[in-house]
Amino acid sequence: MDTDLIILGGGPAGLAAGMYAARARVRTILLEKGAAGGQMNSTEVVENYPGFVDPIYGAELSQRMESHARKFNLQILYEEVSGVRHAGQGFSVETESGETHRCKALILATGCQPARLGIPGEIELAGKGVSYCAVCDGPFYSDVEVAVIGGGDSAVEEAVYLTRFASKVHIVHRRDEFRAVKEIQEKAFAEPKIQMHLSEVPVQVKGTAEVQGLRLRSVKDGSESELPIAGVFFFVGLRPNTKPFKGLVKTDSAGFVLTDENMCCSVPGVFAAGDVRAKTLRQIATAVGDGALAAYSAQHYVERDR
Amino acid sequence: MGESPNLLTVTDADFEQQILGSDAPVLVDFWAAWCGPCRAVAPVVEELADEYAGRVKIAKLNVENNKQTPTKYGVRSIPTLMLFKDGQVVDRIVGTVPKGRIKELLDKVG
Repeated sequence: MDTDLIILGGGPAGLAAGMYAARARVRTILLEKGAAGGQMNSTEVVENYPGFVDPIYGAELSQRMESHARKFNLQILYEEVSGVRHAGQGFSVETESGETHRCKALILATGCQPARLGIPGEIELAGKGVSYCAVCDGPFYSDVEVAVIGGGDSAVEEAVYLTRFASKVHIVHRRDEFRAVKEIQEKAFAEPKIQMHLSEVPVQVKGTAEVQGLRLRSVKDGSESELPIAGVFFFVGLRPNTKPFKGLVKTDSAGFVLTDENMCCSVPGVFAAGDVRAKTLRQIATAVGDGALAAYSAQHYVERDR
Repeated sequence: MGESPNLLTVTDADFEQQILGSDAPVLVDFWAAWCGPCRAVAPVVEELADEYAGRVKIAKLNVENNKQTPTKYGVRSIPTLMLFKDGQVVDRIVGTVPKGRIKELLDKVG
């Protein structure tokens, strides 16, 4: 066996799990496909992680969590996982570069990525005005109008962020009220550059070489209208990153990994933590808690025969 | 980790000469410091610069300091990887994708 534990994913859940496992002296490898920090890297500032009274940059919190895990000698490999399967009493994890790592236990902490809404023009104009990351692409929209789709924390918070660049930010939301926490909503309602379009759904992103408009339909009376925007940012939920281990463990109908309260999955030796789990609140704070608990459960699993 | 000598840094000023006038196909990584996903793509691009040395030129362009080129090519999301051959755009990839997907693109031209 190459190692005791392999953690898939280096976001807050994976890094917390890695830190706990490393401190417990469980032989652990963490595999991360891109940059440590996961979705924290796509967040400008984090305002709700306890202890950071002054907002901390998402990218900085990512680096700090990575350094913290490395301090306890967590081994982090920057490799994309291509497949995971049962192998004897444990598991084998294959990477894109063709390497295979074997382990006794696994923690799935692969997180999520933004969901696509699936309206005409969305895929065709991706990168040409359709975006899923305001922090990445906001600066391309100086002094033009943009739209944000969604009504959760991400949508409303990113809409406020985009007012730094855009001349006007339209928030389009299918319900008649937002789901975002009140503190974020208050900021949006106080921002003169933001215009709300409640009970409206986007039906088409318009444009050929680049985005030129967004067609909306009223949920109440079916009437249609068009916004003359140069960019549209979708924050309509998340889809779990489960492709490399599809079929390994039970998931809910949306593909989120099912666990018990100790982060144990349907297969002994497999644990899950963070946004990839079926859960009600996907936050850095909850991811970190999941990670610590998953590491603890995994530690007891690998040490059970000793 | 030092930067690969095979990874070219291009600007608005030398884009025409380095990219459009290149005999070899060129992959350009449009990036910025504020972009987290760009940090995820950067090491992959660097590895590709070494792996494809002599076949495909690999370059990066910082969109914060070089605004003309991304505007000219309609780059509105980063990271964007754009593949040029004989001065023309032949393909583009937006966002973070597995290394294998970028290699598929490069293998078609290089």
